[in-house]
Amino acid sequence: MFKILKYSVYDLLRSRWSYVYFVFYLMLGFVLLFLNNDMNKAIITLMNIIIVLTPLIGTIFGVMYYYQSKEFTELLLAQPIKRSKIFMGQYLGISLSLTLSLVLGLGIPFMAYGLFKSSAIFDFSLLLLVGAFLNFIFVALSYNISLSTENKIKGFGYAILMWLFLAVIYDGLFLISLVLFNEYPLDKFSLAATMFNPIDLSRILILLKLDISALLGYTGAVFKNFFGTGLGMLSSISILFLWVFIPVWNIIRKANKKDF
Amino acid sequence: MINFKNIHKRFGKLVVLDDLNLEVSEGGVFAILGPNGSGKTTLIKALLGMVIPEKGEILYNGKSVLKQWEYRNNLNYLPQIANFPANLTVTELVEMVKNLRPSKTNEEELIKLFGLTPFLKQKLGNLSGGTKQKVNIVLAFMFDSDLIILDEPTTGLDPIALIYLKELIQKEKELGKTILITSHIMSFVEEMSDEIVFLLDGKIYFKGTIEAIKKQTESATLEVAIANLIKKQYV
Repeated sequence: MFKILKYSVYDLLRSRWSYVYFVFYLMLGFVLLFLNNDMNKAIITLMNIIIVLTPLIGTIFGVMYYYQSKEFTELLLAQPIKRSKIFMGQYLGISLSLTLSLVLGLGIPFMAYGLFKSSAIFDFSLLLLVGAFLNFIFVALSYNISLSTENKIKGFGYAILMWLFLAVIYDGLFLISLVLFNEYPLDKFSLAATMFNPIDLSRILILLKLDISALLGYTGAVFKNFFGTGLGMLSSISILFLWVFIPVWNIIRKANKKDF
Repeated sequence: MINFKNIHKRFGKLVVLDDLNLEVSEGGVFAILGPNGSGKTTLIKALLGMVIPEKGEILYNGKSVLKQWEYRNNLNYLPQIANFPANLTVTELVEMVKNLRPSKTNEEELIKLFGLTPFLKQKLGNLSGGTKQKVNIVLAFMFDSDLIILDEPTTGLDPIALIYLKELIQKEKELGKTILITSHIMSFVEEMSDEIVFLLDGKIYFKGTIEAIKKQTESATLEVAIANLIKKQYV
Protein backbone atom coordinates (compact mmCIF):
# COMPACT_ATOMS: atom_id res chain seq x y z
CA MET A 1 0.00 0.00 0.00
CA PHE A 2 2.81 2.39 0.84
CA LYS A 3 4.29 2.01 -2.61
CA ILE A 4 1.00 3.09 -4.17
CA LEU A 5 0.69 5.86 -1.60
CA LYS A 6 4.19 7.02 -2.47
CA TYR A 7 3.43 7.12 -6.18
CA SER A 8 0.12 8.91 -5.70
CA VAL A 9 1.73 11.59 -3.53
CA TYR A 10 4.63 11.84 -5.95
CA ASP A 11 2.24 12.14 -8.88
CA LEU A 12 0.16 14.82 -7.12
CA LEU A 13 3.19 16.77 -5.97
CA ARG A 14 4.21 17.02 -9.60
CA SER A 15 0.84 18.32 -10.62
CA ARG A 16 0.34 22.05 -10.84
CA TRP A 17 -2.85 22.02 -8.80
CA SER A 18 -1.24 20.98 -5.54
CA TYR A 19 0.92 24.08 -5.78
CA VAL A 20 -1.96 26.33 -6.72
CA TYR A 21 -3.78 25.08 -3.66
CA PHE A 22 -0.72 25.52 -1.46
CA VAL A 23 -0.04 29.04 -2.73
CA PHE A 24 -3.69 29.92 -2.26
CA TYR A 25 -3.59 29.02 1.43
CA LEU A 26 -0.24 30.73 1.80
CA MET A 27 -1.64 33.95 0.42
CA LEU A 28 -4.87 33.58 2.36
CA GLY A 29 -2.92 33.20 5.59
CA PHE A 30 -0.77 36.26 4.95
CA VAL A 31 -3.66 38.43 3.79
CA LEU A 32 -5.88 37.51 6.74
CA LEU A 33 -3.16 38.18 9.25
CA PHE A 34 -2.33 41.44 7.54
CA LEU A 35 -5.95 42.60 7.43
CA ASN A 36 -7.02 41.44 10.90
CA ASN A 37 -3.74 42.19 12.55
CA ASP A 38 -4.87 39.82 15.26
CA MET A 39 -4.34 36.10 15.30
CA ASN A 40 -7.58 35.18 17.04
CA LYS A 41 -9.69 37.15 14.63
CA ALA A 42 -7.79 35.71 11.69
CA ILE A 43 -8.53 32.23 12.99
CA ILE A 44 -12.27 32.88 13.08
CA THR A 45 -12.26 34.23 9.53
CA LEU A 46 -10.13 31.31 8.48
CA MET A 47 -12.55 28.87 10.05
CA ASN A 48 -15.37 30.14 7.90
CA ILE A 49 -13.25 29.71 4.79
CA ILE A 50 -11.79 26.32 5.69
CA ILE A 51 -15.14 24.85 6.55
CA VAL A 52 -16.53 25.51 3.10
CA LEU A 53 -13.43 25.39 0.96
CA THR A 54 -11.59 22.25 2.12
CA PRO A 55 -14.65 20.08 1.44
CA LEU A 56 -14.97 21.60 -2.03
CA ILE A 57 -11.31 21.10 -2.90
CA GLY A 58 -11.33 17.61 -1.39
CA THR A 59 -14.37 16.71 -3.48
CA ILE A 60 -12.96 18.06 -6.73
CA PHE A 61 -9.52 16.54 -6.21
CA GLY A 62 -10.97 13.19 -5.25
CA VAL A 63 -13.16 12.93 -8.33
CA MET A 64 -10.53 14.34 -10.68
CA TYR A 65 -7.83 12.03 -9.42
CA TYR A 66 -10.00 8.95 -9.65
CA TYR A 67 -10.98 9.53 -13.26
CA GLN A 68 -7.58 10.74 -14.32
CA SER A 69 -5.74 7.78 -12.86
CA LYS A 70 -8.21 5.21 -14.12
CA GLU A 71 -5.84 3.73 -16.67
CA PHE A 72 -3.07 3.68 -14.15
CA THR A 73 -5.37 1.89 -11.73
CA GLU A 74 -6.08 -0.71 -14.39
CA LEU A 75 -2.37 -1.21 -14.88
CA LEU A 76 -2.00 -1.71 -11.14
CA LEU A 77 -4.93 -4.12 -10.97
CA ALA A 78 -3.09 -6.54 -13.26
CA GLN A 79 -0.09 -6.48 -10.95
CA PRO A 80 0.26 -8.73 -7.92
CA ILE A 81 -1.23 -6.23 -5.47
CA LYS A 82 -4.32 -6.57 -3.36
CA ARG A 83 -7.21 -4.47 -4.63
CA SER A 84 -7.98 -2.76 -1.38
CA LYS A 85 -4.34 -1.71 -1.08
CA ILE A 86 -4.43 0.03 -4.46
CA PHE A 87 -7.46 2.10 -3.55
CA MET A 88 -6.38 2.80 0.00
CA GLY A 89 -2.98 3.89 -1.26
CA GLN A 90 -4.55 6.29 -3.73
CA TYR A 91 -7.06 7.59 -1.23
CA LEU A 92 -4.44 8.26 1.42
CA GLY A 93 -2.17 9.77 -1.21
CA ILE A 94 -4.72 12.42 -2.19
CA SER A 95 -5.88 13.12 1.34
CA LEU A 96 -2.37 13.43 2.67
CA SER A 97 -1.11 15.68 -0.10
CA LEU A 98 -4.14 17.95 0.28
CA THR A 99 -3.58 18.07 4.03
CA LEU A 100 0.06 18.84 3.43
CA SER A 101 -0.88 21.81 1.24
CA LEU A 102 -3.29 23.02 3.92
CA VAL A 103 -0.92 22.63 6.86
CA LEU A 104 2.08 24.13 5.10
CA GLY A 105 0.11 26.84 3.33
CA LEU A 106 -1.48 28.13 6.52
CA GLY A 107 1.28 27.09 8.89
CA ILE A 108 3.99 29.17 7.26
CA PRO A 109 2.25 32.58 7.54
CA PHE A 110 1.01 31.90 11.07
CA MET A 111 4.44 30.74 12.17
CA ALA A 112 5.98 33.82 10.65
CA TYR A 113 3.50 35.86 12.65
CA GLY A 114 4.64 34.29 15.89
CA LEU A 115 2.20 31.43 16.41
CA PHE A 116 4.40 29.61 18.87
CA LYS A 117 4.56 32.56 21.23
CA SER A 118 0.83 33.13 21.09
CA SER A 119 -1.96 31.52 23.08
CA ALA A 120 -3.83 30.84 19.84
CA ILE A 121 -1.67 27.84 19.02
CA PHE A 122 -4.26 25.32 20.24
CA ASP A 123 -7.09 27.01 18.40
CA PHE A 124 -4.98 27.07 15.29
CA SER A 125 -4.00 23.41 15.59
CA LEU A 126 -7.62 22.47 16.05
CA LEU A 127 -8.46 24.43 12.92
CA LEU A 128 -5.85 22.49 10.97
CA LEU A 129 -7.08 19.23 12.49
CA VAL A 130 -10.61 19.99 11.38
CA GLY A 131 -9.33 20.96 7.92
CA ALA A 132 -7.50 17.64 7.72
CA PHE A 133 -10.63 15.78 8.82
CA LEU A 134 -12.68 17.52 6.16
CA ASN A 135 -10.07 16.59 3.54
CA PHE A 136 -10.16 12.93 4.51
CA ILE A 137 -13.96 12.89 4.71
CA PHE A 138 -14.67 14.58 1.42
CA VAL A 139 -12.01 12.78 -0.58
CA ALA A 140 -13.55 9.54 0.72
CA LEU A 141 -17.07 10.65 -0.17
CA SER A 142 -16.06 11.74 -3.65
CA TYR A 143 -14.16 8.48 -4.17
CA ASN A 144 -17.36 6.67 -3.30
CA ILE A 145 -19.22 8.67 -5.90
CA SER A 146 -16.65 8.18 -8.64
CA LEU A 147 -16.35 4.45 -7.92
CA SER A 148 -20.05 4.02 -8.52
CA THR A 149 -20.31 6.35 -11.53
CA GLU A 150 -18.73 5.24 -14.78
CA ASN A 151 -19.45 8.53 -16.56
CA LYS A 152 -16.90 11.23 -15.73
CA ILE A 153 -19.20 14.20 -16.19
CA LYS A 154 -21.99 12.62 -14.15
CA GLY A 155 -19.57 11.69 -11.39
CA PHE A 156 -18.28 15.22 -11.28
CA GLY A 157 -21.82 16.59 -11.16
CA TYR A 158 -22.90 14.28 -8.35
CA ALA A 159 -19.82 15.13 -6.33
CA ILE A 160 -20.38 18.87 -6.64
CA LEU A 161 -24.03 18.38 -5.75
CA MET A 162 -23.00 16.48 -2.65
CA TRP A 163 -20.74 19.34 -1.60
CA LEU A 164 -23.42 21.91 -2.34
CA PHE A 165 -25.92 19.93 -0.35
CA LEU A 166 -23.74 19.52 2.72
CA ALA A 167 -22.23 22.99 2.63
CA VAL A 168 -25.25 25.08 1.72
CA ILE A 169 -28.59 23.34 1.20
CA TYR A 170 -28.43 21.25 4.37
CA ASP A 171 -28.27 24.32 6.59
CA GLY A 172 -31.18 25.88 4.74
CA LEU A 173 -33.35 22.79 5.17
CA PHE A 174 -32.30 22.59 8.78
CA LEU A 175 -33.32 26.19 9.42
CA ILE A 176 -36.62 25.77 7.62
CA SER A 177 -37.44 22.71 9.70
CA LEU A 178 -36.54 24.57 12.88
CA VAL A 179 -38.92 27.37 11.94
CA LEU A 180 -41.69 25.01 10.82
CA PHE A 181 -41.57 22.82 13.91
CA ASN A 182 -40.73 25.43 16.49
CA GLU A 183 -43.61 24.34 18.67
CA TYR A 184 -41.96 21.02 19.30
CA PRO A 185 -38.86 20.31 21.36
CA LEU A 186 -36.08 20.28 18.82
CA ASP A 187 -32.98 19.60 20.88
CA LYS A 188 -32.62 15.97 19.95
CA PHE A 189 -33.50 16.60 16.35
CA SER A 190 -30.95 19.34 15.91
CA LEU A 191 -28.29 17.29 17.66
CA ALA A 192 -28.86 14.43 15.26
CA ALA A 193 -29.10 16.73 12.27
CA THR A 194 -25.72 18.22 13.11
CA MET A 195 -24.10 14.85 13.38
CA PHE A 196 -25.25 13.94 9.91
CA ASN A 197 -23.33 16.81 8.40
CA PRO A 198 -19.55 16.83 8.82
CA ILE A 199 -19.35 20.50 7.91
CA ASP A 200 -21.73 21.57 10.66
CA LEU A 201 -20.01 19.26 13.04
CA SER A 202 -16.61 20.80 12.30
CA ARG A 203 -17.99 24.28 12.72
CA ILE A 204 -19.39 23.45 16.14
CA LEU A 205 -16.20 21.71 17.16
CA ILE A 206 -14.15 24.82 16.46
CA LEU A 207 -16.65 27.19 17.99
CA LEU A 208 -16.80 25.10 21.15
CA LYS A 209 -13.06 25.42 21.44
CA LEU A 210 -13.03 29.11 20.64
CA ASP A 211 -15.85 29.54 23.15
CA ILE A 212 -17.63 32.24 21.20
CA SER A 213 -21.23 31.82 22.18
CA ALA A 214 -22.39 34.55 19.82
CA LEU A 215 -21.37 32.44 16.85
CA LEU A 216 -22.50 29.08 18.18
CA GLY A 217 -26.05 29.41 16.93
CA TYR A 218 -28.92 27.16 17.94
CA THR A 219 -27.29 23.76 17.37
CA GLY A 220 -24.04 24.84 18.94
CA ALA A 221 -25.88 25.98 22.04
CA VAL A 222 -27.79 22.70 22.21
CA PHE A 223 -24.55 20.84 21.76
CA LYS A 224 -22.91 22.78 24.54
CA ASN A 225 -25.82 22.32 26.89
CA PHE A 226 -26.11 18.67 26.14
CA PHE A 227 -22.48 17.66 26.29
CA GLY A 228 -20.62 20.56 27.89
CA THR A 229 -17.51 21.88 26.18
CA GLY A 230 -15.15 18.98 26.92
CA LEU A 231 -17.51 16.12 26.17
CA GLY A 232 -18.96 18.07 23.24
CA MET A 233 -15.58 18.32 21.60
CA LEU A 234 -14.77 14.72 22.29
CA SER A 235 -18.03 13.45 20.86
CA SER A 236 -17.82 15.67 17.78
CA ILE A 237 -14.28 14.42 17.09
CA SER A 238 -15.41 10.82 17.43
CA ILE A 239 -18.26 11.42 15.04
CA LEU A 240 -15.83 13.00 12.59
CA PHE A 241 -13.79 9.79 12.86
CA LEU A 242 -16.90 7.84 11.96
CA TRP A 243 -17.37 10.16 9.00
CA VAL A 244 -13.95 9.06 7.76
CA PHE A 245 -14.24 5.37 8.59
CA ILE A 246 -17.63 4.63 7.11
CA PRO A 247 -16.94 6.06 3.62
CA VAL A 248 -13.47 4.49 3.61
CA TRP A 249 -14.92 1.13 4.52
CA ASN A 250 -17.41 1.59 1.72
CA ILE A 251 -14.59 2.40 -0.75
CA ILE A 252 -12.98 -0.95 0.04
CA ARG A 253 -16.29 -2.76 -0.20
CA LYS A 254 -17.17 -1.14 -3.53
CA ALA A 255 -13.70 -1.54 -4.99
CA ASN A 256 -13.68 -5.24 -4.19
CA LYS A 257 -16.88 -5.76 -6.13
CA LYS A 258 -16.24 -3.51 -9.10
CA ASP A 259 -15.38 -4.67 -12.63
CA PHE A 260 -12.63 -2.86 -14.48
CA MET B 1 -3.01 -24.96 -16.22
CA ILE B 2 -6.01 -22.65 -16.43
CA ASN B 3 -9.48 -23.88 -15.78
CA PHE B 4 -12.62 -21.82 -16.23
CA LYS B 5 -15.60 -23.56 -14.65
CA ASN B 6 -19.19 -22.46 -15.31
CA ILE B 7 -18.26 -18.79 -15.59
CA HIS B 8 -21.22 -16.48 -15.77
CA LYS B 9 -20.92 -12.73 -16.16
CA ARG B 10 -23.37 -10.05 -17.14
CA PHE B 11 -23.07 -6.29 -17.44
CA GLY B 12 -26.50 -4.98 -16.66
CA LYS B 13 -28.84 -6.92 -18.93
CA LEU B 14 -26.15 -7.99 -21.34
CA VAL B 15 -24.89 -11.51 -20.72
CA VAL B 16 -21.22 -11.49 -21.66
CA LEU B 17 -20.11 -14.90 -20.48
CA ASP B 18 -22.76 -17.57 -20.33
CA ASP B 19 -21.90 -20.64 -18.30
CA LEU B 20 -18.52 -20.90 -19.93
CA ASN B 21 -16.18 -23.84 -19.44
CA LEU B 22 -12.67 -23.80 -20.78
CA GLU B 23 -9.45 -25.57 -20.05
CA VAL B 24 -6.07 -24.33 -21.21
CA SER B 25 -3.23 -26.79 -20.91
CA GLU B 26 0.32 -25.86 -20.10
CA GLY B 27 2.73 -24.77 -22.83
CA GLY B 28 2.05 -23.39 -26.29
CA VAL B 29 0.17 -20.52 -27.84
CA PHE B 30 -3.56 -20.47 -27.28
CA ALA B 31 -5.67 -17.99 -29.26
CA ILE B 32 -9.07 -16.71 -28.17
CA LEU B 33 -11.08 -15.54 -31.17
CA GLY B 34 -14.51 -14.13 -31.69
CA PRO B 35 -16.36 -11.13 -33.12
CA ASN B 36 -16.45 -7.79 -31.32
CA GLY B 37 -18.25 -8.00 -28.03
CA SER B 38 -18.10 -11.77 -27.82
CA GLY B 39 -16.52 -11.71 -24.36
CA LYS B 40 -12.83 -12.28 -25.15
CA THR B 41 -11.51 -9.42 -23.06
CA THR B 42 -14.00 -10.12 -20.27
CA LEU B 43 -12.77 -13.72 -20.12
CA ILE B 44 -9.18 -12.54 -19.84
CA LYS B 45 -10.03 -9.90 -17.29
CA ALA B 46 -11.86 -12.47 -15.21
CA LEU B 47 -8.69 -14.54 -15.11
CA LEU B 48 -6.77 -11.44 -14.06
CA GLY B 49 -9.23 -10.64 -11.31
CA MET B 50 -10.25 -7.33 -12.90
CA VAL B 51 -13.73 -8.53 -13.71
CA ILE B 52 -15.53 -10.49 -11.03
CA PRO B 53 -17.79 -13.25 -12.37
CA GLU B 54 -21.19 -13.77 -10.78
CA LYS B 55 -20.91 -17.50 -10.84
CA GLY B 56 -18.21 -20.03 -11.44
CA GLU B 57 -14.66 -20.77 -10.54
CA ILE B 58 -11.34 -20.02 -12.17
CA LEU B 59 -8.34 -22.15 -11.35
CA TYR B 60 -4.76 -21.27 -12.16
CA ASN B 61 -2.33 -24.11 -11.50
CA GLY B 62 -5.05 -25.83 -9.52
CA LYS B 63 -5.75 -22.91 -7.19
CA SER B 64 -8.74 -20.60 -7.29
CA VAL B 65 -7.90 -17.07 -8.37
CA LEU B 66 -11.07 -15.33 -7.22
CA LYS B 67 -10.33 -12.71 -4.57
CA GLN B 68 -6.65 -13.70 -4.66
CA TRP B 69 -3.73 -11.63 -5.85
CA GLU B 70 -0.53 -13.59 -5.21
CA TYR B 71 -1.02 -15.68 -8.36
CA ARG B 72 -0.50 -12.55 -10.45
CA ASN B 73 3.19 -12.79 -9.57
CA ASN B 74 3.28 -15.61 -12.06
CA LEU B 75 1.58 -14.03 -15.03
CA ASN B 76 2.20 -11.14 -17.40
CA TYR B 77 -0.55 -9.14 -19.03
CA LEU B 78 -0.58 -6.92 -22.08
CA PRO B 79 -3.74 -4.78 -21.97
CA GLN B 80 -5.68 -4.02 -25.12
CA ILE B 81 -5.44 -0.26 -24.89
CA ALA B 82 -2.13 1.12 -23.76
CA ASN B 83 -3.04 4.09 -21.61
CA PHE B 84 -0.43 5.16 -19.16
CA PRO B 85 -0.18 8.05 -16.70
CA ALA B 86 0.67 10.93 -19.03
CA ASN B 87 2.99 12.67 -16.58
CA LEU B 88 5.48 9.82 -16.26
CA THR B 89 8.44 9.16 -18.54
CA VAL B 90 9.04 5.71 -20.02
CA THR B 91 11.91 5.02 -17.62
CA GLU B 92 9.85 6.07 -14.61
CA LEU B 93 6.99 3.81 -15.62
CA VAL B 94 9.26 0.81 -16.09
CA GLU B 95 10.98 1.49 -12.77
CA MET B 96 7.64 1.85 -11.06
CA VAL B 97 6.27 -1.45 -12.32
CA LYS B 98 9.56 -3.11 -11.38
CA ASN B 99 9.30 -1.60 -7.94
CA LEU B 100 5.77 -2.90 -7.48
CA ARG B 101 6.80 -6.36 -8.50
CA PRO B 102 10.28 -7.19 -7.33
CA SER B 103 11.54 -10.04 -9.47
CA LYS B 104 14.13 -10.51 -12.19
CA THR B 105 13.54 -8.44 -15.33
CA ASN B 106 15.13 -8.11 -18.75
CA GLU B 107 13.70 -4.76 -19.82
CA GLU B 108 17.00 -3.43 -21.21
CA GLU B 109 17.11 -6.12 -23.84
CA LEU B 110 13.49 -5.46 -24.83
CA ILE B 111 13.92 -1.70 -24.94
CA LYS B 112 16.85 -2.17 -27.30
CA LEU B 113 14.96 -4.68 -29.42
CA PHE B 114 12.01 -2.35 -29.98
CA GLY B 115 14.22 0.72 -30.45
CA LEU B 116 12.76 2.57 -27.50
CA THR B 117 16.05 4.01 -26.24
CA PRO B 118 15.47 7.51 -27.73
CA PHE B 119 12.05 7.69 -26.05
CA LEU B 120 13.11 6.73 -22.53
CA LYS B 121 13.17 10.27 -21.19
CA GLN B 122 9.95 11.32 -22.92
CA LYS B 123 6.62 11.61 -21.19
CA LEU B 124 4.18 8.84 -22.02
CA GLY B 125 1.51 11.37 -22.94
CA ASN B 126 3.63 12.55 -25.86
CA LEU B 127 4.26 9.14 -27.42
CA SER B 128 2.51 7.88 -30.55
CA GLY B 129 0.09 4.98 -30.34
CA GLY B 130 2.55 2.48 -31.78
CA THR B 131 5.35 3.57 -29.47
CA LYS B 132 3.03 3.27 -26.49
CA GLN B 133 2.19 -0.24 -27.60
CA LYS B 134 5.91 -1.05 -27.69
CA VAL B 135 6.25 0.20 -24.12
CA ASN B 136 3.24 -1.93 -23.31
CA ILE B 137 4.99 -4.96 -24.80
CA VAL B 138 8.16 -4.27 -22.84
CA LEU B 139 6.15 -4.14 -19.61
CA ALA B 140 4.38 -7.38 -20.44
CA PHE B 141 7.46 -9.36 -21.42
CA MET B 142 10.03 -8.09 -18.97
CA PHE B 143 9.06 -10.46 -16.17
CA ASP B 144 9.72 -14.17 -16.28
CA SER B 145 6.31 -15.80 -15.74
CA ASP B 146 4.73 -19.10 -16.74
CA LEU B 147 1.72 -17.42 -18.31
CA ILE B 148 1.65 -14.48 -20.72
CA ILE B 149 -1.68 -12.93 -21.66
CA LEU B 150 -1.75 -10.73 -24.74
CA ASP B 151 -4.89 -8.78 -25.56
CA GLU B 152 -4.65 -7.54 -29.16
CA PRO B 153 -0.85 -7.35 -29.13
CA THR B 154 -0.45 -6.24 -32.74
CA THR B 155 -2.40 -2.96 -32.48
CA GLY B 156 -0.46 -0.07 -33.99
CA LEU B 157 2.78 -1.93 -34.53
CA ASP B 158 4.92 -1.34 -37.61
CA PRO B 159 5.99 -4.40 -39.66
CA ILE B 160 9.42 -4.65 -38.07
CA ALA B 161 8.07 -4.43 -34.54
CA LEU B 162 5.53 -7.07 -35.51
CA ILE B 163 8.31 -9.42 -36.62
CA TYR B 164 10.12 -8.85 -33.33
CA LEU B 165 6.95 -9.49 -31.41
CA LYS B 166 6.44 -12.78 -33.22
CA GLU B 167 10.03 -13.79 -32.49
CA LEU B 168 9.49 -12.88 -28.86
CA ILE B 169 6.37 -15.01 -28.62
CA GLN B 170 8.15 -17.88 -30.37
CA LYS B 171 11.04 -17.64 -27.93
CA GLU B 172 8.76 -17.70 -24.91
CA LYS B 173 6.87 -20.64 -26.35
CA GLU B 174 10.09 -22.59 -26.77
CA LEU B 175 10.80 -21.95 -23.10
CA GLY B 176 7.65 -23.92 -22.38
CA LYS B 177 5.47 -21.01 -21.41
CA THR B 178 1.75 -20.69 -21.95
CA ILE B 179 0.70 -17.75 -24.07
CA LEU B 180 -2.89 -16.60 -24.33
CA ILE B 181 -3.63 -14.30 -27.27
CA THR B 182 -6.67 -12.48 -28.54
CA SER B 183 -6.45 -10.93 -31.98
CA HIS B 184 -8.48 -9.98 -35.01
CA ILE B 185 -5.51 -10.41 -37.32
CA MET B 186 -6.11 -13.93 -38.58
CA SER B 187 -2.79 -14.31 -40.37
CA PHE B 188 -1.07 -13.53 -37.08
CA VAL B 189 -3.16 -16.10 -35.25
CA GLU B 190 -2.64 -18.72 -37.95
CA GLU B 191 1.09 -18.22 -37.83
CA MET B 192 1.48 -18.17 -34.07
CA SER B 193 -1.09 -20.33 -32.37
CA ASP B 194 -1.22 -24.03 -31.63
CA GLU B 195 -4.81 -24.13 -30.54
CA ILE B 196 -7.75 -21.78 -30.89
CA VAL B 197 -11.04 -21.27 -29.15
CA PHE B 198 -13.89 -19.40 -30.80
CA LEU B 199 -16.25 -17.43 -28.58
CA LEU B 200 -19.69 -16.35 -29.67
CA ASP B 201 -22.26 -14.65 -27.43
CA GLY B 202 -20.36 -15.62 -24.34
CA LYS B 203 -20.21 -19.29 -25.21
CA ILE B 204 -17.52 -21.48 -26.65
CA TYR B 205 -18.40 -22.26 -30.21
CA PHE B 206 -15.30 -24.12 -31.18
CA LYS B 207 -12.17 -25.38 -29.52
CA GLY B 208 -9.38 -27.19 -31.29
CA THR B 209 -6.52 -26.86 -33.72
CA ILE B 210 -6.50 -24.61 -36.76
CA GLU B 211 -6.58 -27.66 -39.02
CA ALA B 212 -9.72 -28.88 -37.30
CA ILE B 213 -11.61 -25.61 -37.71
CA LYS B 214 -10.69 -25.42 -41.40
CA LYS B 215 -11.93 -28.93 -41.87
CA GLN B 216 -15.14 -28.34 -39.94
CA THR B 217 -16.07 -25.24 -41.89
CA GLU B 218 -14.66 -26.57 -45.17
CA SER B 219 -12.53 -23.47 -45.60
CA ALA B 220 -9.10 -23.10 -47.13
CA THR B 221 -7.77 -20.53 -44.68
CA LEU B 222 -8.39 -19.64 -41.05
CA GLU B 223 -9.68 -16.25 -42.09
CA VAL B 224 -12.42 -17.74 -44.22
CA ALA B 225 -13.19 -20.33 -41.55
CA ILE B 226 -13.66 -17.67 -38.88
CA ALA B 227 -15.62 -15.48 -41.26
CA ASN B 228 -17.94 -18.42 -41.89
CA LEU B 229 -18.46 -18.86 -38.18
CA ILE B 230 -19.14 -15.17 -37.59
CA LYS B 231 -21.45 -14.93 -40.59
CA LYS B 232 -23.87 -17.26 -38.85
CA GLN B 233 -24.27 -14.63 -36.15
CA TYR B 234 -25.29 -11.94 -38.63
CA VAL B 235 -27.92 -14.02 -40.36
